[in-house]
Amino acid sequence: MVAGAFDRGIAGAQRDGVARRALSVATVVAIVAACAIPLWGSPYQVFQMTLVVIDAIALLGLNLLTGYGGQISLGHGAFFGVGAYTTAVLIHSWNVPYLLTLPCAGLVCLALGFVFGLPAVRLDGLHLALATFALGVVLPQVLKYKGIEAWTGGVQGISLEKPAVPFGLPLSPDQWLYCVALAVAAGLFALARNVMRGATGRVIVGVRDSPVAASSVGIDTALTKAATFGVSAMLTGIAGALSALVVQFVGPDSFTIFLSISLLVGIVVGGLASISGAVFGALFIQFVPNLADDVSKAAPSAVYGVVLIVSVYLMPYGVSGLLRKAKARAFAWIDARHSRSVTSQPTKPTKQGS
Amino acid sequence: MSLLALAGLSAHYGCGPVLHGISLDVAAAGVSVVLGANGAGKTTLLRAVCGMIAREGTVEFDGARIDRMATPDVARLGIAHVPEGRGTFPNLSTEENLRLGACSRRGPRDRRAIASLFERVYQYFPKLAQRRRQQAGTLSGGEQQMLALGRALMSSPKLMLLDEPSFGLAPLVVEELYRIMRDINADEHVGILLVEQNAAIALDLADQVYLFETGRVVMAGPPKDLRGDEALRRVYLGY
Amino acid sequence: MEGLLHQVFAGLANGAIYASLALALVMIYRVTHFVNFAQGELALCSTYSAWALIEAGASYWVAFVVTVALSFAMGVVIERVVIRPASRAPALSVVIVFIGLMVALNSVAGWIFGYSTLSFPSPFPAEPPFGNHYIGSHELGVIAVTLGMLGLLYVFFRFTTLGLVLRAVADNAESSRLVGIRVERMLGLGWGLAAAIGAVAGIMIAPIVFLDPSMMSGVMLYAFAAALLGGIDSPIGAVVGGFIVGVLENLMGAYVIGTELKLTVALVLIVVVLVVKPSGLFGQPVAARV
Repeated sequence: MVAGAFDRGIAGAQRDGVARRALSVATVVAIVAACAIPLWGSPYQVFQMTLVVIDAIALLGLNLLTGYGGQISLGHGAFFGVGAYTTAVLIHSWNVPYLLTLPCAGLVCLALGFVFGLPAVRLDGLHLALATFALGVVLPQVLKYKGIEAWTGGVQGISLEKPAVPFGLPLSPDQWLYCVALAVAAGLFALARNVMRGATGRVIVGVRDSPVAASSVGIDTALTKAATFGVSAMLTGIAGALSALVVQFVGPDSFTIFLSISLLVGIVVGGLASISGAVFGALFIQFVPNLADDVSKAAPSAVYGVVLIVSVYLMPYGVSGLLRKAKARAFAWIDARHSRSVTSQPTKPTKQGS
Repeated sequence: MSLLALAGLSAHYGCGPVLHGISLDVAAAGVSVVLGANGAGKTTLLRAVCGMIAREGTVEFDGARIDRMATPDVARLGIAHVPEGRGTFPNLSTEENLRLGACSRRGPRDRRAIASLFERVYQYFPKLAQRRRQQAGTLSGGEQQMLALGRALMSSPKLMLLDEPSFGLAPLVVEELYRIMRDINADEHVGILLVEQNAAIALDLADQVYLFETGRVVMAGPPKDLRGDEALRRVYLGY
Repeated sequence: MEGLLHQVFAGLANGAIYASLALALVMIYRVTHFVNFAQGELALCSTYSAWALIEAGASYWVAFVVTVALSFAMGVVIERVVIRPASRAPALSVVIVFIGLMVALNSVAGWIFGYSTLSFPSPFPAEPPFGNHYIGSHELGVIAVTLGMLGLLYVFFRFTTLGLVLRAVADNAESSRLVGIRVERMLGLGWGLAAAIGAVAGIMIAPIVFLDPSMMSGVMLYAFAAALLGGIDSPIGAVVGGFIVGVLENLMGAYVIGTELKLTVALVLIVVVLVVKPSGLFGQPVAARV
């Protein structure tokens, strides 16, 4: 009996291994295909999909902080805005090559986020939420400030040229930018995925779930939180920098508190503490408000409000949580079919990670 | 007829069961004492009686089932629970704490009725009268326990649930408290369900004793039975 | 000198508004340990209903009273329908619900009343009182109305049984249940009161900042700063903090950084308080809850 269960366990694991590998190959193929499709779309569709990719990076950043780190930021739009302005100012005032501005924007936001995160780490989530909320509300006013108008362009903002396509590639500028955004996103997602699965990820989650236990095993919780904040701001800032290139314009009113709330909606809808959730969230915040906008000017925020409240009650793990459940069910179904042919005893579904 | 009757009462926190089918009685104006080590389920028992945690089984008070009632409704029936850690309102004054005890009592709540309640409580606990305007959080441990008992008394209860009133107090203070509790029990005809680790002093007050071990009643009877049984006495009373 | 005094009085008038909203925040914080991010949008909805009533022909004070009563009811309903189901959820979820509520209320106001700026009447005369040059009638009226409301609230909390019960719930919810208080109902009452206070604040500030859906965002930021400065769990702190923030905002705007950066005062104040003294001027020391 025990031996039987054991054999079945091994067989199950192998079958699982095969199924899982098949699934991940299929996922990769699907992702590559999905990424390639927009290249054949109209320029506007390419533009929209580029924004989706950018939003996904921004959401990845916020999710690192809020989902994994457990710290609430209601003002991440500010980091998005600072990243965008960094790129715009560097290009406009100093003629810095546009690709070079991306790491610059990342570094500026890393530093800003780290500094902002330092005092915030001593506080509970509520105070942090308040402080970041204030940051998000205030940023547009700071950007409009006359004293820095020479660089920021004040209320007018800054317009940028579309970057040229290098190496004589047969792409339109829009398609090129889409590829750039995609490459950056791929790099950052792979990085985030590996980091969160490794020791650093465990430290971050450990500090979220039991700060006392974490500090008792020698983890500097304050530093961890501040660093998480910094890296999170960096990712969102890089996304902002990309958006400046793609939209070819930065203005104070592009980075209001509504942007911060959109980002919050994105991670809640996509799924907290889930890497793939960032993509679903990005699709949602890119397309749903546009659809709702046709109904009324108030509709996008109405949708956001309702979605935020309803998500908490009905799908606390977002879209990626729902998919995870569906996947587990699919495996259970495969397993059940399989075991019916091998043995009459049903096997339990193996738990799947995201 | 008993004032409080528990039959087959079980309760559990998230992780697992803490009480297993407890049956227990408190006679009208009687004193039942529950003894047991840490983690035996004594506090849980009191919390289960007033609906602070999910429970199964029957709880009858004054002949009516109360095991489906919410905590405030149980309290309004005349059950005053003095929880572990005293449960005072630390930022409110002594007088306000006492006033809250009377805020949903059965019977009249007019100015005169409240005033006479205050008078009676201050008779039992003259120290509280001196501390009337002081914040409860700044009182000493003994005074806080008096305040908790006084607040219970303000509701003119039929039954008081007392959770380790001797906890963390000096022996002299404990003696004084128990003397007052005996007076209250006698003069006000209040039934008491008392949970204690300090067995020696609690037994003097008891007319029925229950020994708890890991959520079960292992012995029940009048105090003299416990005193007479040398093995039990050694384990639970330590002499 | 005249200019300075004028700025101080204008600051006190704004401060009175911030004080009321901060007090509403503190009230909800004390009973639930959450910051009501939707407080400003509740006030926004109230102010629009007052406007609609006045447009429909109601006299100012009738509209005022009806709106305050309606807002109280709205607060009770929102607590029951939206907030209570989330009360046991983790902090992050509750903040998300609050933000959702904020966005939803804002869009409801925008949907019904549009996004153009409306002017809101003041019940006070246009000429400054007693021919003085320092303070306008509306500003003086705002201060008077607010102080009157704060006085009423003080009497309510200090001298009535219901007020005592509310304070008890804020102090120790579990013990409140043990003395027979129906805590959930009291939370509803707290929300009702907070919404009613917000209504008064919204109606009072609308003639100053004009009525549009983004009216409360800046005002609320100052109120957050005020509540934090005074101590998020201290009602007295909220009131004192409100007046300090109001005066500070006006003086900084007039003499130091210019009106266009006024909001930054709130941000800097919030960050400074959180860094230097997270418990605020009057609050109890805060420690991260473990």
